[in-house]
Amino acid sequence: MQFGITNVIFLVLLGVTGFVAFKKYASLIRNIRLGKDLNRNDRLGDRLNVLLRVALGQSKMVVRPVAGIFHIFVYVGFIIINAELLEIIVDGVFGTHRAFSFLGPVYTILINSFEILAVLVILGCLVFLARRNVVKLKRLNMKELVGWPRNDANIILITEVCLMSAFLIMNSADWYLSTQVSKFPVVVKEFGLEHYAHSGVSENAFLLSPWISGWMPGINYIVYIERFCWWFHIIGICGFIMYLPYSKHLHILFSFPNVFYSNLEPKGKFNNLESITNEVKAVFDPSFTPPADAVPGKFGAKDVSDLTWKQLLDSYTCTECGRCTSVCPANTTGKLLSPRKIMMATRDRLEEVGRGLDTQGPDFKDEKSLLHDYITPEELWACTSCNGCTEACPVNIDPLSIIIDLRRYLVMEESAPPSELATVFANMENNGAPWQFSPADRLNWANEN
Amino acid sequence: MSELKVKTMADCLANGETPEILFWVGCAGSFDDRAKKITKAIVKILNKVEMSFAVLGTEESCTGDPAKRAGHEFLFQMQAMNNITVMNGYGVQKIVTGCPHCFNTLKNEYPALGGNYEVIHHTQLIQQLINQGKLKVEGGNFKGKKITFHDPCYLGRANNEYEAPREVIAKLDAELVEMKRSKANGYCCGAGGAQMFKEAEHGDKEVNIERSEEALALEPAIIAAGCPFCNTMMTDGVKHFEKEESVKVYDVAELIAQAADL
Repeated sequence: MQFGITNVIFLVLLGVTGFVAFKKYASLIRNIRLGKDLNRNDRLGDRLNVLLRVALGQSKMVVRPVAGIFHIFVYVGFIIINAELLEIIVDGVFGTHRAFSFLGPVYTILINSFEILAVLVILGCLVFLARRNVVKLKRLNMKELVGWPRNDANIILITEVCLMSAFLIMNSADWYLSTQVSKFPVVVKEFGLEHYAHSGVSENAFLLSPWISGWMPGINYIVYIERFCWWFHIIGICGFIMYLPYSKHLHILFSFPNVFYSNLEPKGKFNNLESITNEVKAVFDPSFTPPADAVPGKFGAKDVSDLTWKQLLDSYTCTECGRCTSVCPANTTGKLLSPRKIMMATRDRLEEVGRGLDTQGPDFKDEKSLLHDYITPEELWACTSCNGCTEACPVNIDPLSIIIDLRRYLVMEESAPPSELATVFANMENNGAPWQFSPADRLNWANEN
Repeated sequence: MSELKVKTMADCLANGETPEILFWVGCAGSFDDRAKKITKAIVKILNKVEMSFAVLGTEESCTGDPAKRAGHEFLFQMQAMNNITVMNGYGVQKIVTGCPHCFNTLKNEYPALGGNYEVIHHTQLIQQLINQGKLKVEGGNFKGKKITFHDPCYLGRANNEYEAPREVIAKLDAELVEMKRSKANGYCCGAGGAQMFKEAEHGDKEVNIERSEEALALEPAIIAAGCPFCNTMMTDGVKHFEKEESVKVYDVAELIAQAADL
């Protein structure tokens, strides 16, 4: 164990990463809590079940097999390789080298699985890059992705390729050193490489390292390659952690709570606004008094703070994969609505409100709102409420609930439905049917031939 | 054609009868000329199996589905409370309906407002009747014919019922062919979410044209539907492609009523 200046640098790096990430995550959570209350702590068993199936089991990802399989590579790689990250942190903090190598044969299995997964992750990322930039898959090249969303996707994919490559090269160099140092006693002494000789790692233990290290220059250079890749990898990871909360790749963290708090009700069941139920009950029964804790709010949603925390969590979880939009009947027939854009707009507006709160304090107000400034009535009125988007979403996001809440504001607060619907509403009120037929004629069919 | 036997809940109450099931006809089923045929087919089936049922008749009012989905929550709840008051007054326990929108609303959205009923879609009832041996169906006209079923969003994705209509169609000894977008992956007819009652927003194409094109590509003899709105949209789509001579759009209830020669 050697503790020196490098360990101090490492600790500073971790500290900065932790601080920057903590601040941003705190602001994300603060933003999500701007949403209205919604109880999603019921049905724990069902929630764990959906978490297992949809988030951990990726059951909705594999509906589209190509993306699904490569995503599983990247996902499993991400989870398993984090175990080695733990070792890197232990080494970095305590100045050890390969602190977990005492595990012997278990360690061999671990490192081998890391090596294979690293290759699969690289493969997955290359396939994803190709789908975006070479094949130009339609749903990954739509207009709402121009600019930052597209760059964000490419940045993260290229970063992952670089990190995984560094990781593989680091392992290979280290394998070479750990198994070969004994053959070069002079060099070992000159460069102080004694600590590279691990217990329990035999020459043939690893699948890929010997092969990759075969391309490397002589032993006096390999140590620099190993150190460079080690630092590159950990600095990259720290950068990734700091970048993540600004990116759509936040889904790697938020998918799990988002799926856990899924809507478990039938998709067709829309919520009944309680404030309205109180008013309607009062119409039917003049003696009815609303419960004391009833809060009269506005009807529907105009801005992000009128949505629930789950709808806001949805917006941060959205990975912009566009599966929702690619099945949306409105979008696929050329109409303005894109469920993905609804989610992106919600998140963009929420971030804007969050920045306002950060700079101007809790009384922050601006002239803008989610409805009109970010999402237009034309988009909202194109929706057929078919639930195609909610079915397609691999992480159980519900864009339809936002569409309906915004429609509610348009109709009940702004009295601005499309004119045909205004007629339909009038017919329903007067005749109990959307068409202008007399209620007295409702049973005519029974006597017609 | 045999006379339809239809009683209202008011008739039943006057006679001291309690019908087993309320047949919720819905606005389309009551007023739309095409949908009325579906309503009659359902009644013929109910008459055939001698099920004791009644309708609300002039006491029925729109469930409020289009208002709800268009965002007019107040109007929806007013409609719902009205209907719940009427149904609870008659002590309704079980409802069958030919409209997936009514089905969804009655089943999922009425309970929170005090309307608790067992609600089934007519395709589910027909499936039960066949399985119980109460209704005998033979392929007849439909034997060997190519039929594709268009899933109504509010029966399928909204309530996870994909099998009942398919099982019923299977009894016709027909060749059931699936569109690429079917079941959970189904594609809307374009009428839901109150779109039926308004001009579509500006786009390249109408949703029902896209869907009808997909169905017609299979060269079916029949496009089967389980929703009066889907029926209208698909019928319009078939007409758009001038295929109305060779391809018919029928509700599952109509297929059964024809096959059972009712």
